[in-house]
Amino acid sequence: MTTDESTALRASRSTEVTRLERVVVRFAGDSGDGMQLTGDRFTSEAAAFGNDLATLPNFPAEIRAPQGTLPGVSSFQLHFADYDILTPGDRPDVLVAMNPAALKSNIGDVPRGGTVIVNTDEFTSRNLTKVGYESDPLADDSLEPYTVHHVAMSTLTKGALEETGLGKKDAERAKNMFALGLLSWMYHRPTEGTERFLREKFAGKPVLAEANVLAFRAGWNYGETTESFATTYEVAPASLPSGTYRQITGNLALAYGILAAGQQSELPVMFGSYPITPASDVLHEISKHKNFNVTTFQAEDEIASIGAALGASYGGALGVTSTSGPGVALKSETVGFGVMTELPLIVIDVQRGGPSTGLPTKTEQADLLQAMHGRNGESPVPIVAPQSPGDCFDAALEAARIALVYRTPVFLLSDGAIANGSEPWLVPDVETLPDLRVKFATEPNATDGSGEFWPYVRDTETLAREWALPGTPDLQHRIGGLEKQDGAGNISYDPDNHERMVRLRQAKIDGITVPEATVDDPTGDASVLALGWGSTYGPIGAACRRVRAAGLPIAQVHLRHLNPLPANLGEILAAYDRVILPEMNLGQLAQLLRARYLVDIISHTKVAGLPFKAEELADTFTDVITSSNGKEGHL
Amino acid sequence: MTAIDLGLPALGGLDDVPTTEEPGKAKDYKSDQEVRWCPGCGDYIVLNTVQSFLPSLGLKRENIVFVSGIGCSSRFPYYMNTYGMHSIHGRAPAIATGLATSRPDLSVWVVTGDGDALSIGGNHLIHTLRRNVNLTILLFNNRIYGLTKGQYSPTSDQGMVTKSTPMGSVDTPFNPISLALGAEATFVGRALDSDKKGLSEVLGAAAAHRGSALVEIYQNCPIFNDGAFDVLKDSDEAASRLIPLRTGEPVTFGPEGEHAVVRSGFGGLKVAATSEVSTADIVTHDPTIDDPAYAFALSRLDDQTLTHTPTGIFRQVQRPTYDDAAREQVSKARHNKPADLQAVLTGNDTWTVS
Repeated sequence: MTTDESTALRASRSTEVTRLERVVVRFAGDSGDGMQLTGDRFTSEAAAFGNDLATLPNFPAEIRAPQGTLPGVSSFQLHFADYDILTPGDRPDVLVAMNPAALKSNIGDVPRGGTVIVNTDEFTSRNLTKVGYESDPLADDSLEPYTVHHVAMSTLTKGALEETGLGKKDAERAKNMFALGLLSWMYHRPTEGTERFLREKFAGKPVLAEANVLAFRAGWNYGETTESFATTYEVAPASLPSGTYRQITGNLALAYGILAAGQQSELPVMFGSYPITPASDVLHEISKHKNFNVTTFQAEDEIASIGAALGASYGGALGVTSTSGPGVALKSETVGFGVMTELPLIVIDVQRGGPSTGLPTKTEQADLLQAMHGRNGESPVPIVAPQSPGDCFDAALEAARIALVYRTPVFLLSDGAIANGSEPWLVPDVETLPDLRVKFATEPNATDGSGEFWPYVRDTETLAREWALPGTPDLQHRIGGLEKQDGAGNISYDPDNHERMVRLRQAKIDGITVPEATVDDPTGDASVLALGWGSTYGPIGAACRRVRAAGLPIAQVHLRHLNPLPANLGEILAAYDRVILPEMNLGQLAQLLRARYLVDIISHTKVAGLPFKAEELADTFTDVITSSNGKEGHL
Repeated sequence: MTAIDLGLPALGGLDDVPTTEEPGKAKDYKSDQEVRWCPGCGDYIVLNTVQSFLPSLGLKRENIVFVSGIGCSSRFPYYMNTYGMHSIHGRAPAIATGLATSRPDLSVWVVTGDGDALSIGGNHLIHTLRRNVNLTILLFNNRIYGLTKGQYSPTSDQGMVTKSTPMGSVDTPFNPISLALGAEATFVGRALDSDKKGLSEVLGAAAAHRGSALVEIYQNCPIFNDGAFDVLKDSDEAASRLIPLRTGEPVTFGPEGEHAVVRSGFGGLKVAATSEVSTADIVTHDPTIDDPAYAFALSRLDDQTLTHTPTGIFRQVQRPTYDDAAREQVSKARHNKPADLQAVLTGNDTWTVS
């Protein structure tokens, strides 16, 4: 159905249309119900319509947890708005619950007065018992605070597909598209994209393609023709900076950033990886783009994947490896080897809940100290952290710049929230991307006039050593993990030399040029600073907006470079009465900053596997501001 | 020194490596670093053999790279005036895989020991062999941990008393040749450290092999496991223990050729008295047999006691290499579709805000 047709249809009935600035919708169902796909499609519709948006997929680590159980619930939350938004939203205005488990595990997040749409077909006594409902919540008064729509989605879907010849079981599987159709009707979403998507996805199985399109239309028509939905909603397109936009997830942006780094440096990329949640999508994506002179190597383990990347770097490629926290633990020795041999290497860590196997599909920022210190000896490594899905692209280019200019491994700390979350992305013009080309060594450089090549002669400005590729005549040299003689690079156990080399390696990293931190303080009179790093940018920013809207001043600084820190950070921290630092860990950056700047930072932490909510941070910030007004001393 | 002509599709291990009219001499391959192995160490002989042998390949010296792990033998790259990397324990095959895959113009050599390759690096060794990456692995097997001063290794004899096994090792040792064959290795050879000629021959064939070549070198550790291979070097004993493998020739050995290798049981081999078997029963050595069972049976003639020790080339078969295939995919992709970064970044689903 085209948009025109749908508008005409809608005009035939007197549904009230309410204009909203923003809406948060959450689809929740069994992990086999296709909720991620449904959410993705609804997101694409919002993007195509021109809304700003942010998403939060949330799914179990098990591929198929037992059907209908609480651990098996998978959900996808989308926040879309007519203005620029920063987070996937705290609480869903609308919850679509495909079964009792989905209702039970999500209803607590729905605010009073929120809308709940349930698939009544799944509310059988067996399914209710499975999740511990003693009475049917659709029949008792437990859902009284909400506007509840009872829709027999399975039955309606099967009915709509009767003509297709599909078996009942297969037909019922299209019920997620029914739900999508219904929501698309409620929010006046364009539908062409979804129909085209379904026809392409099932191109090899026309019957399934048709069935899904039929189910999608049936959902739409259900909203249109039944009287149960009195109101539909419109969320106007957002006024974002002009340009061409697309929707992007953090992992996709990371992959594109690596491709771009290869192009901008004019180096082949060796991408060594071992599958691990939630980083595997970076490997999947990059392996599709071998035409960018990218080799992907799925190694036998984490160790081999980083080893191959570093081996290729030695040969003049841009070596990249991607993993999550448990993989970083295994790669640590090779990162240290990269520090010692001073070769370029990008280590992508898409952080997840830890320790150990932890929470594979949930987010956390608790690998900061691992990246910073998780190696033997004094082993400094630069750290860059993207702040949003789209920002992963720029962060990858920045990590490549540092790795190539300074000949060092660099950590790129993404996390599960931005890896899978998506947002509209202003597509960059490739002409504006940084030039990352490097110069390899071409001639002997020994400072003693011997005419030899010394691998550890340093650039006086960057302290980087020369990158001499095998195959270059007269530059034969040996490098390794043993301590190097300053300059000549031969093995040296000399005490003074080790002292000098340890300090040189540290000075090289400390001296990396990084942009100064910028303060966002619209009123210019804030006495409290909200500081953050990585994926907390969205919730911290949204919380600052709320606080400011309530008339309280607050400044915000968000750090992309964690090592080295921006040169002006100490000055900034000293300029505020209070600095509050929310982190999805137990205060790792706070610990580093307290030690470095002797500033009594207020550490606000959460490790629930989910991002901060703007509401909770706004409350916390407000408390800090109001308690520091006119008061001396500490909280 | 030339590789054995197998009459197979001629894609050699060094085909993409630039050659020179002036490959130099052994001394050109010696670095200025003082060699610091213990006096009498078998590593010295191997180093000298490799340095003497390399000029015969006719390669540009700057296109040769030695990558090692950790252990006594892994100091090897420091003494070679080529490119070299002394890496981390057990990881040399992984690092070399990345290097060899991205640089077909390099002759890549991995130097490792029994602890480095078979213990901490066992995983990388088997997967490198399975992938058949174009590189040559020199496995110095002295059946002991030398650098850490004398603990038992994965090839030490059961019952061996070492610093960490005062009551004797209870571990069953690996047979490195059997292991490599089980890991789908396409080239497996063995030589003694003291046998310059034999080692050079195996090295030549290994270098010419396109794919992973594993060369096990029995190497004496004079400090912690002295004389482990003496029976193979003793003029009285050696001839009746060593089984030299010569392609196309019947496998016989002994001072007078009085021992022969014949088929036995379920695809196995055994040693028999030449006089008691018919000539037709004596196996004729052919390392190119596709079924690895033959080479495996040869490797099982050696039961750790060195009673019967085949040397030479056990297996030498052609199989596509990982690095060739990986590069082929990249080059095909580049040929089929120009890298248009702007197009990828933009994607198919955009909207415009004016």
